[in-house]
Amino acid sequence: MSTPDDHSANPAGPAGSRPAGGAAAGQSPPEAIKAVPVRHPGRWVAAAVLLLFAAMFVNMLVTNDAFDWPFLFENMFSPPVLVGVRTTLILAAVSLLIGIVIGIVVAIMRLSDNPILVGLGWLYTWFFRAVPRIVLCVLFGNIAILYQTLELGIPFDNYWLPLLGIEGDARFYSVPMATLLSPFVAAVIALSLSQGGYMAEIVRAGLLSVDKGQSEAAQALGMSRGQVLRRITLPQALRVIVPPTGNEASAILKDTSLVSAIPLTTELFFQLQQVGARTFNLFPMLVAACLWYLMITSVLMVGQHYLERSFTRGDRGAQEQVRRIKSRAAS
Amino acid sequence: MTRDTGAGAGAEGTENTQSTENPENAVVTGPGDDRMVVAENVHKSFGRLEVLRGIDLEVRRGEVMCVVGPSGSGKSTFLRCVNHLEKITAGRLWVNGHLMGYRQRGGRLYELHDTQVARQRRGIGMVFQNFNLFPHMTVLGNVMEAPVQVNREPRAEARENALRLLARVGLEEKAGAYPRQLSGGQQQRVAIARALAMRPDLMLFDEPTSALDPELVGEVLDVMKNLAEEGMTMVVVTHEMGFAREVGDSLVFMDGGVVVESGAPREVLTNPRQERTQAFLSKVL
Ligand SMILES: Nc1ncnc2c1ncn2[C@@H]1O[C@H](COP(=O)(O)OP(=O)(O)O)[C@@H](O)[C@H]1O
Ligand SMILES: [Mg+2]
Repeated sequence: MSTPDDHSANPAGPAGSRPAGGAAAGQSPPEAIKAVPVRHPGRWVAAAVLLLFAAMFVNMLVTNDAFDWPFLFENMFSPPVLVGVRTTLILAAVSLLIGIVIGIVVAIMRLSDNPILVGLGWLYTWFFRAVPRIVLCVLFGNIAILYQTLELGIPFDNYWLPLLGIEGDARFYSVPMATLLSPFVAAVIALSLSQGGYMAEIVRAGLLSVDKGQSEAAQALGMSRGQVLRRITLPQALRVIVPPTGNEASAILKDTSLVSAIPLTTELFFQLQQVGARTFNLFPMLVAACLWYLMITSVLMVGQHYLERSFTRGDRGAQEQVRRIKSRAAS
Repeated sequence: MTRDTGAGAGAEGTENTQSTENPENAVVTGPGDDRMVVAENVHKSFGRLEVLRGIDLEVRRGEVMCVVGPSGSGKSTFLRCVNHLEKITAGRLWVNGHLMGYRQRGGRLYELHDTQVARQRRGIGMVFQNFNLFPHMTVLGNVMEAPVQVNREPRAEARENALRLLARVGLEEKAGAYPRQLSGGQQQRVAIARALAMRPDLMLFDEPTSALDPELVGEVLDVMKNLAEEGMTMVVVTHEMGFAREVGDSLVFMDGGVVVESGAPREVLTNPRQERTQAFLSKVL
């Protein structure tokens, strides 16, 4: 293994020493092939160039004062930033979870044989995948313009009560929207509705990936539709659902940085920017944001790896399938 | 036995007692009637394609009926109609006295709710060509699944029964294995045990050995033969003419969505009366 070229020259390792078919039976095994491997000078040139760039980059990190590393590390873990990290994590986790539940429900609607549910499900995915998350955030931040209060009652009372000659209204309970819809709640709603749209497509693809014979066998055993879904189809769909859901987890984590538009200001990125603005030293805080998001998503990736492994344990076919799905998602 | 051909040598006395208590929903009721499956003029279309074009047949309790016929003749479709995996488009189909998929009242048919159809299916076991074992469950899990989930049997009891069934198909030592770790023949025997776990009155087999390597066919047929000897009512779509001759009580030849000929297996196999039967048998025998 002196050069990386060894692989391409001798991929099968000691396979060359196997007896060559029936004709050679009984003979001693032939000598292993010792050929000069093909050289790849291009790789060395590329490696040298990259090394040069890397050196320049490191040099800049160390020598450029704009990074102000001591300041960066001093403020990266300051209490308001840590609160920001917590808000971001909770917001991402809650939104993802609700999004998954919405996604499952909408996917089941779209696969049902009730045309109304199919249409509603389609409408949902269409709308929430078409509207950008930042727009949703601003929208739900300003929803109080649409409804100042949330009221519970019998609809259209302003029309039918006068017809019956009754004065007053048929509203039993009301709360001001502002108390109900705190910025955090608005953020959760905006992000989980959007997430639900994406999860619906992922879950639908997962459910469709399960062989039809599976639900037929389950039905033939007398299982109800719900039982078939819960016990047979959904568990098998998970191996297709889990890998892209991992990607969705990092996506929504990063998109929590949009909720300052609501405005929900306790979120990580806004907090770091605030520190930068207050100290007139913005750039290190932007770098700190990169580092924070890098750290959190890296932890997520490790978790995703183990989650996927636990779903496909001992199943080579499934592991292969997951690899294919991931490479398709990556390209 | 089909009524239209009259070739059935063993079709004695099937036109007996009509039901007494519930004449519309159940033509076959009570111990007095020995008909497990009654198909009356069953039609099935997929859009424009008419796959079943008037099937009339009856399967008595304890009878093993083998169904043969060329590919595409509607054999699988008919089996799937029997447990209502497919809705029939015309005719009537009763299993064990129950009109499959519908309730008849005042001369009208009412579709049954999903859960009611599911209840009707509990008494009908089905074995598929591709086994369709649940890959995310162990062999034991596969066999226990329906008794626990559907019948709400206590786990310990279901487990004991499952192990007994696995022993019966010769696979108790594979209880902890996953389906993918088994050979095709072993998987199909697990599938049979899984269906038996619901204590069905009727077993449907759709080409149970067609996906198997030749050397594995025998072990599955042996299990089916034992089942037949224990008196299980079975409808078996198969290309195994040896099995049909040896185990079958009756043989039905289907072609183009109709029953072309039926009767005692030996009779039909050695003395086919219809030209289409002769042509088919000359190809497979
Ligand atoms: N779900 C379906 N939709 C449309 N056509 C179908 C469907 N299932 C079966 N068919 C058609 O019905 C015919 C009979 O099929 P099948 O019952 O599987 O035949 P067999 O089991 O005798 O080979 C075939 O032409 C097949 O293409
Ligand atoms: Mg078939």
